[in-house]
Amino acid sequence: MERCAVIGVGQTKHAAKRDDLSMIGLVREAATRALEDAGLTFRDIDAVVIGKAPDMFEGVMMPELFLAEALGAVGKPMMRVHTAGSVGGSTAIVAAHLVSAGIHQRVLTVAYEKQSESDAMWALSPKYPFQPPLMAGAGGYFAPLIRAYIRRSNAPNDVGVRVAVKDRLNALKNPYAHLKMPEISAAQVEASPMLWDPIRYLETCPSSDGACAMVLSSETAARSAPHRPAWVHATATRSEPNLFAGRDQVNPRAGRDCAAALYKQAGITDPRKQLDAAEIYVPFSWFEPMWMENLGFAPEGEGWKMTLEGATALGGDMPINPSGGVMSSNPIGASGMLRFAEAALQVRGQAGEHQVEGAKLAMGHAYGGGSQFFAMWIVGDARP
Amino acid sequence: MSEPKPKQDEPIKRMLAPVRLEFTVSAGRDKTAFLGAIIEGRILGGRCPSCRKVYVPPRGCPTCGVEMVGDIPISDHGVVTTFCTVSIPFEGQTMKLPYVYASIVLDGADVPIFHLVDGIDAKDARMGLRVRADWRPPAERKPTMESIRAFVPTGEPDAAFDTYKEHL
Repeated sequence: MERCAVIGVGQTKHAAKRDDLSMIGLVREAATRALEDAGLTFRDIDAVVIGKAPDMFEGVMMPELFLAEALGAVGKPMMRVHTAGSVGGSTAIVAAHLVSAGIHQRVLTVAYEKQSESDAMWALSPKYPFQPPLMAGAGGYFAPLIRAYIRRSNAPNDVGVRVAVKDRLNALKNPYAHLKMPEISAAQVEASPMLWDPIRYLETCPSSDGACAMVLSSETAARSAPHRPAWVHATATRSEPNLFAGRDQVNPRAGRDCAAALYKQAGITDPRKQLDAAEIYVPFSWFEPMWMENLGFAPEGEGWKMTLEGATALGGDMPINPSGGVMSSNPIGASGMLRFAEAALQVRGQAGEHQVEGAKLAMGHAYGGGSQFFAMWIVGDARP
Repeated sequence: MSEPKPKQDEPIKRMLAPVRLEFTVSAGRDKTAFLGAIIEGRILGGRCPSCRKVYVPPRGCPTCGVEMVGDIPISDHGVVTTFCTVSIPFEGQTMKLPYVYASIVLDGADVPIFHLVDGIDAKDARMGLRVRADWRPPAERKPTMESIRAFVPTGEPDAAFDTYKEHL
C-alpha cells in the first residue's frame, strides 16, 4: 500500500448564510484554498471525490454533476460519496484509498452544505409509511438517546452545558468558525429554550453554509509540497442497521468496531494516552461524553467525567474539538471532513490559535444516519 | 420557506424554488398484512426463525438476513423506554407543541415503535411509563400508524429499568 499524505487543506468562512456565494462559489472557495496550500492548481489534480448530505436538503438533484466543471473535474475521474452525516469523513477516506491503492498521485476531495438554501428539519422529518408524523428533525431522533445515556450513566445534568460552553470558547480561536459567542456562559446555555427535552437550543449545533477541501497525495507527490504534510496512519468505516433487536443505540457496536479497527491499523493500544487531539462529530453537546466511551477514551458510563474534569478542553490531556467542532459550525455534508481536516491541521502545526501544542497524532471522526455510519482516520506528523 | 421580497435597490441574491414530492410505496407481503390488521385495530409482528426475536412491523430480520414466519399477534400495551418532548416548530409540522415523542416496546416485541404519548402532562412523561394504544374509531382508521391516535398511560406501576434497558 502507498503512503498517503494530506498536502493541502482549505475551508470556507462558515456562516448562517453565505449569500455572497452560490453553491459553486462555496465549493470553489474551499477547493482553491486547499490547492493554494498544496502549491497546486486544478490542472495538477488526477481525480475529484465529492460528498454532501442528502439531495433533499437543498432540493437539488445530483449537484455533483454541475459542480464537476467548477472543481476542474472535466475529463477526469469524479465520484460522489453518500453516507448521511458521516459523508465528509467517508468522502476523505475514499479519496485516501485512491492514493494508497496507487491509482492516483493527487486527489482533490471536497464536501459542503448550504443550509441557508435548504430545510434540513423538513427533510429529516418525512412522513414515513409505517410511523406517525411525529419525527422532529435530528434533535427529535437523538434526544431520546441522550436521555437513555443520562439514565444509564447517572451523569450529572450539566455535562451537556459544559461541552456547549467549551466548544463555543474554542470557536473564538478559530477564524473559520460560524458561531462567535464571546459572552457564552453556563447560565446562558441553561436559560436557552428546551427544544427537544433534554436538548436545549444552545446544546445544539447551528445551521451553517460551508465547505471543506483537502488535497491528498502519494509520498512521491508530497515531496514537492510547499508545507509539511500530515500522514494518514489509519482509516476505517463501519455501518449497522438503524433498528435491530438488542441494538445499543447509545454506544453503537459499529462505532466501537470502527475505532478498534482504526487503532489496530495505527498501532494504538491506549487512545487517550497516545492521541494528542481529536476532532469528534458532536452535533448535540451530550454526544461528547457518549463518543468518549464509544471510542474507548473512557470506560463505559464514565465519558462524562472527562468533560467535567476538563480533560477534553484545549489544554486538557485529551483535547476534543479544539476548532469549536460541529457545535460551532455545521455545514452538514462538510462537518465530517472538517473534523478530518482539523486533525490534519493539528499535526501539521497549522491550527493557529487553537493549536494543541506539539500535536503529533490526531484523530478525525464522523457519524451519520441514526448513529449507524462511522468514518474515522488518524493522521500523524511522521510517516507511518 | 418563504423569502422576503428584496427592496428595489438591493441586488437579487436569492430566489425561491419550491419542490413537491409524493411517492408510492409497495408495502410488500409482511407489511400488507400488518396494515390490514391495523385497520381492524390489531397489531401484527413477525418472529425471526433464527434468533427468535419479534419485530413490529414484521420484516426481514436485519441481524440474520432471513424471512420472518407467522403473523404474531402483539399486545397494544407496552412500555416507554425513552422519549423526547418536542417544543420546536418547523415547516410541515402537524402537531401542537409541546408533544411527547416516545420509543415504545409493546409487550411481546423485541424492537420499539415510535409514537405520540398523551393523556399525561408533558412534564410527567418518563422512562418506564406503561401505556396502551388509543385507537381511532373503526370508520376513521386508515392503513397507517395514525389509526392509533396516541398511546396513553394505563395507570399501572412503572416498569423497572432492568426490564427494558436492553431496548435502549
